[in-house]
Amino acid sequence: MSGVDILFFLLAAACFGGGLGVVMSKDVVHSALFLLLSLIAVAGLFLLAFAEFLALVQVLIYGGAVTLLLLFALMLTRMRDFPGRLDNPQRPLSLIVAVAVLLFLLATVIITPWVSPSGELGEGVGLAALAQPLFTNWVVPFEVASLVLLVALIGALIIARGGDRER
Amino acid sequence: MTLIHFLVLGAFLFATGVYGVLARRNAVIVLMSIELMLNAVNLNLVAFARYLRPGEVVGQIFAIFVITVAAAEVGLALAIIIRLYRNRASVSVDELDLMKW
Repeated sequence: MSGVDILFFLLAAACFGGGLGVVMSKDVVHSALFLLLSLIAVAGLFLLAFAEFLALVQVLIYGGAVTLLLLFALMLTRMRDFPGRLDNPQRPLSLIVAVAVLLFLLATVIITPWVSPSGELGEGVGLAALAQPLFTNWVVPFEVASLVLLVALIGALIIARGGDRER
Repeated sequence: MTLIHFLVLGAFLFATGVYGVLARRNAVIVLMSIELMLNAVNLNLVAFARYLRPGEVVGQIFAIFVITVAAAEVGLALAIIIRLYRNRASVSVDELDLMKW
């Protein structure tokens, strides 16, 4: 087992452990911090898969912005949270559904014949090779994505501030 | 470390997210679970890009778009949650039954 493999399993354990922490922990702030752990571990896995730009974006957007937003939302919506009330009564049912989804996905992963190209995988494509198609072949989706962000920004502002009547 | 490893991890992460969405009561934690699922998808996309099409970047570009939409989704969802909290003094998804008949 090489060093990269050990690193992969460590990151995978952190990732899955963080995910379990999000759905199991008794405190909402702990959930947010477990989410941060999981997202940073995913950034590390991106690095292992030679997606350097995505790893950077993951740390900036998820590690920084999204976690901060979630913590702010938790702060602003302080529920009277007593332990045990964080879960629904339908918890056993959701466990069954989650295990069913997991088994289905695992079966799909194992049954499908993945055709990997033969030979060495190389060192990844690099940032320039990522930017080139993003701004040529994919420029229309790219611009639409920026529009989506703009609309979401304005919409969030309007929703959070309240309508005309309540001002 | 092969494609299968990444896909299995993605499956586990996705199932965790599904469980969180269904079992949790706090709307913010439901949102976090959705983020977990989106990250599982991103992991799969990047792994496909790496192991099935090593010379191409389409998988990574898809992941960029997923992250973009996820960011927009988080912003909007939190605005809605904050608004709900102001109107109903609760972010429990069990009590938000306004649109349920």
